[in-house]
Amino acid sequence: MFELISQYPLIAALLALVSLGAVFGAVLGFAAVRFKTEGNPIAEQINDLLPQTQCGQCGYPGCRPYAEAIAGGEAINKCPPGGEAGIQALADLLDVEVIPLDEEHGEEKVKAVAFIREDECIGCTKCIQACPVDAILGAAKQMHTVIASECTGCDLCLEPCPVDCIDMIPQQESLQTWHWPLPDPASGESRIIATDATPTQDRAA
Amino acid sequence: MRKIFDFHGGIHPPENKRQSQQGGIRDAGIPPELVLPLSQHIGAPAKPTVAVGDRVLKGQMIAEANGFVSVPVHAPTSGTVSAIEDRLIAHPSGLPAPCIVIASDGLDEWTELAGISDYRQLPKADLLNRIREAGIAGMGGAGFPTAVKLSTRPGSQVATLIINGTECEPYITADDILMRERPGRIVEGVKILQHLLAPGETLIGIEDNKPEAIAALRAATAGSNIEIVVFPTKYPSGGEKQLIEILTGKQVPSGGLPLDIGVICQNVGSVAAIADAVLLGQPLISRITTVTGEAVREPGNFSVLLGTPMNYLLARAGFQPDRNRRLVMGGPMMGFTVADAGVPIVKTSNCLLAPSEAELPSPPPAQACIRCGMCEQACPASLLPQQMFWFAQAREFEKLEQHKLFDCIECGACSWACPSNIPLVQYYRASKAEILQLRREHEKSEQARLRFEARQERIERDEAEKVAKRAARKLAAEKRAQEAATGGGETDPIQAAIDRARAKKAAQQAGDAADTNPRDKLEKAVTSTRQRLETASAKLAQAEAEGSDLVAALQTGVDKTRARLEAAEQALRDFTAAAEEAPLQETPVDPAAAAIARAIAARASEAALDPAEKSRKQLAALEQRLEKTRARLAASQGAGEEQKIIDALESSVSLLEEKVSAAKQQLNNPEGV
Amino acid sequence: MALMRVTSPHAHGPMSTSRVMQNVLLATIPGIIALSHFFGYGTLVNLAWACIVALACETLALALRRRPIGFYLKDCSALVTATLLAIALPPYAPWWLIAVGIACAILLAKHLYGGLGYNPFNPAMAAYVILLISFPVQMTAWAPPRGLEQLPGLMASLQACFTPGAYDGVTMATPLDLMKQNNSLLIADLYAQTPQFGRWAGLGWEWVNLAFLAGGAWLLYKRIFSWHAPVAMLASLSLFAAVFYDGGSSASGGSPLFHLLSGATMFGAFFIVTDPVTSAVSVRGRLVYGAMIGALVYIIRVRGNYPDAVAFAVLIMNFAAPFIDNYTQPRTYGHQSGGSEK
Repeated sequence: MFELISQYPLIAALLALVSLGAVFGAVLGFAAVRFKTEGNPIAEQINDLLPQTQCGQCGYPGCRPYAEAIAGGEAINKCPPGGEAGIQALADLLDVEVIPLDEEHGEEKVKAVAFIREDECIGCTKCIQACPVDAILGAAKQMHTVIASECTGCDLCLEPCPVDCIDMIPQQESLQTWHWPLPDPASGESRIIATDATPTQDRAA
Repeated sequence: MRKIFDFHGGIHPPENKRQSQQGGIRDAGIPPELVLPLSQHIGAPAKPTVAVGDRVLKGQMIAEANGFVSVPVHAPTSGTVSAIEDRLIAHPSGLPAPCIVIASDGLDEWTELAGISDYRQLPKADLLNRIREAGIAGMGGAGFPTAVKLSTRPGSQVATLIINGTECEPYITADDILMRERPGRIVEGVKILQHLLAPGETLIGIEDNKPEAIAALRAATAGSNIEIVVFPTKYPSGGEKQLIEILTGKQVPSGGLPLDIGVICQNVGSVAAIADAVLLGQPLISRITTVTGEAVREPGNFSVLLGTPMNYLLARAGFQPDRNRRLVMGGPMMGFTVADAGVPIVKTSNCLLAPSEAELPSPPPAQACIRCGMCEQACPASLLPQQMFWFAQAREFEKLEQHKLFDCIECGACSWACPSNIPLVQYYRASKAEILQLRREHEKSEQARLRFEARQERIERDEAEKVAKRAARKLAAEKRAQEAATGGGETDPIQAAIDRARAKKAAQQAGDAADTNPRDKLEKAVTSTRQRLETASAKLAQAEAEGSDLVAALQTGVDKTRARLEAAEQALRDFTAAAEEAPLQETPVDPAAAAIARAIAARASEAALDPAEKSRKQLAALEQRLEKTRARLAASQGAGEEQKIIDALESSVSLLEEKVSAAKQQLNNPEGV
Repeated sequence: MALMRVTSPHAHGPMSTSRVMQNVLLATIPGIIALSHFFGYGTLVNLAWACIVALACETLALALRRRPIGFYLKDCSALVTATLLAIALPPYAPWWLIAVGIACAILLAKHLYGGLGYNPFNPAMAAYVILLISFPVQMTAWAPPRGLEQLPGLMASLQACFTPGAYDGVTMATPLDLMKQNNSLLIADLYAQTPQFGRWAGLGWEWVNLAFLAGGAWLLYKRIFSWHAPVAMLASLSLFAAVFYDGGSSASGGSPLFHLLSGATMFGAFFIVTDPVTSAVSVRGRLVYGAMIGALVYIIRVRGNYPDAVAFAVLIMNFAAPFIDNYTQPRTYGHQSGGSEK
């Protein structure tokens, strides 16, 4: 055996490489099993980033189905409520390119809350059945109302209403939600450090 | 001699306190109109307890605390409530907020006050309640409800009571003048707090740039167990956390309260207000406000009624509006600009700064950050401001939190020291708010997700239940059939079924007989509808008499009820006629057969009904709805209602118009149906 | 007139970036005087020419980047870069060497990275290293100090700069070169035999270093920067020199005093290491940053290929600054420990 090896150095090298490969392979294989990290399934992580309006504008019945579809390779730009920020977050998570929002599925709008004009409501319960988050209270032949704090602004109750008595009221800035904006280098007195002047800004200036 | 500790960083801006130190405390007088915001403190806004038109007396509660972290509001003088509405308030946003407006009558008539001299007899809970009812909120600038701060958890021991007389911000002398002129009041307040909290030691912390205040308080506290601690002047030593470190050497844990390390801190102004509230029964209705800056001719300290418009107060100090471009509530380091000079003085207004342009020039454009580290040397919280600036610029929120953004107290020392004039504090404020908003949104979406999932689950469960029920019924039927087949061998199952059906029918007939006569039913409906119409008409008449805006709504209600009554009467008439026509049909007919016959007749009539006729009917209904909506739109426009309602109505009108035209088309082109 | 709406603080301190830069410029004056005294007009000619080129380069870069030129020229940072590079270059350097150096500093090391505040490397030192690698002959041609040779006059200095071919200057090895090349003499003998060594660390050099020390001390007094980085650098350099001094054998790297007062030690400590843009930011970070530079300076001087080492040491540590920052976060108020716990 030794003679064979010493006579044919090629065999020696082959043997050495194969045994090294076997040993490291075994170590790596063991480590992969032993130190396996139970990561959050990717669909779960995607679902966390979606706005959970359950509006179905993406063409899927709710946010989780869309999250699963994204995990399966669906485009990330079909969620208007999530907007550009949502696409950015998804792109960061999945390490893909940021693409503009798909206009087919609607456009990013100001957050709104549904409001039922109560004297016009006929109590048909159709909106209650449509609401994906059970944010509408009411019973048959009784006036319905929206729990504003639970409403996701998904617009799904507008279509079924037979008397068109639901309005989407855009959320307004209040003392509680107001805050100083980040200093805007491109405006006002600090305009001078609008350093990365884009051609459009140049024309404006 | 007590050991004085130092805190990291700090700056020494020009003090500019001398201007406003002259002339003692002046009275600002009673303005013709007082505007009292319902939220002058941190926490839930107070709830009004008066109505427009009410006469109120000085010191009377006009809004009550709404929750635990909330304080009431009192009338600062006697007068009439002229409005309860949104007004501009002292807030950096320049947004309006609900306020109670009082037109003063100049009589300054006090409500009945109940002071107590021997507060030691009072249970502590009552004493605390008195402080809460007096509407006292931290007067140093933050406005945290004092009673909440004083309600210690049972079992927690207060080792050190610190009275904050530091007033480290430039320009402000309100606390200084209070300590100089009313040291006795402060000491009485401190004694009340000592009784309430039983602290191990009581310290009054004062910066060494207020020798007169120190002397006055030393004289007033002689012989008591209150210690006056004097320490070197440095901004921001008046910050609660910094003061605690100076006096005790301990640091308040991040995210915790001073009480966690056995310390309670109170501003001298709040302490004096506590003395007034307990001993005299006077609620917090006025405060000492420094009016200073080069744009006022006679700067000084004023005793101001809360709710006094700032321009009224400024006029008292010789305001020169043409020299002034910004009006700051608070000091030059942490104060904020107000959007309008007419906003009212509130519980937290310790200073009104009207600088000239030369005194506090407009911020020059920011230069590049050269990472010089001057901000880091100035930061009293030992943060790395320049690093946080880069992260804030890049909106790297995770990194910001990792750099302890939320430990920033927004004292402004970094911005003050920055040689490149970068508005650092604004970057931190904006980033903090944005992070909080993201957190809130995430919480909300999480909530929505849970609700959505719960709903999905419920729907599935219902579905599964239905399926299960159906299966069970099927199973039972099969079982019965089997039983019939096996158990009663001699009985024919079909015969049994027929028997069951017969028995059922018999029972039904018996029930029908017991049931009320249909004629009675109809009559009852007519009478009840008539009754409803009567009450509605009465209401309408009353509304008309009062000129209420509900008239229109009531009118439609009455009309609807009348229509219903007519329909009910018609139905009754029809029934009677039918009954007279075919009296024989009444009893023996099998109800099941009748129902089938009715259904057949209905189908026949429907079939007989021309499709065009059907469309026409639909069109008529649509047109009616369109008419109604149009009328509402016109009414809304006439009444000048909110734009969004009008918009919504307009859109529904156009929607209906579309539907009408579609229906018309269908009518003209019936083959296409 | 509507009232202004701005965030607090409304007051601002007296310090401004231009003033910081102007103070740095003022603080170089003693060093420049000492250099001119010992090495003649060459440094002044360097300085004047470097400033002209720097302003031109800065203007060009700002114009190309469409920035407001006046606003950015006002911050004097280009002049500071020019001054520092002019001091670091050998006197009587040819005009093109200086021009290339300044162009590298302003265009490459500064504006290509985004301008003032964004450059990861000290522009003056980056340019110095580029020149040293590209033109080693011109970059190591130091004139002999006063006392050893006749210094050229003003006209000769200008000639040396602008018509380099026509000027035939004398150059001489610097004390650092001599120390490195020495492998046979005891330090004491080396000092005795070679007049360039002067009393402590090199004729002229010792006074130049003391002059820069004076300028640096003034900056510290004015609180333009904190003491941490320069003191840490000088301390670690002295420590290394003391540990490896071995009493002055022929293999010795030189005494601590020699290292403190020769070459660009003081200039580097107070004008290069303190450059805030490219150094670490926290107090602890600056201590680490300075100490590492001191150690590297000694190692490169004694073991490396080039006689002086400040530029290389600084550039290497510029790389490391963000890393140091990440691990030297100070303990924030109310927290148990600092650092970026992850």
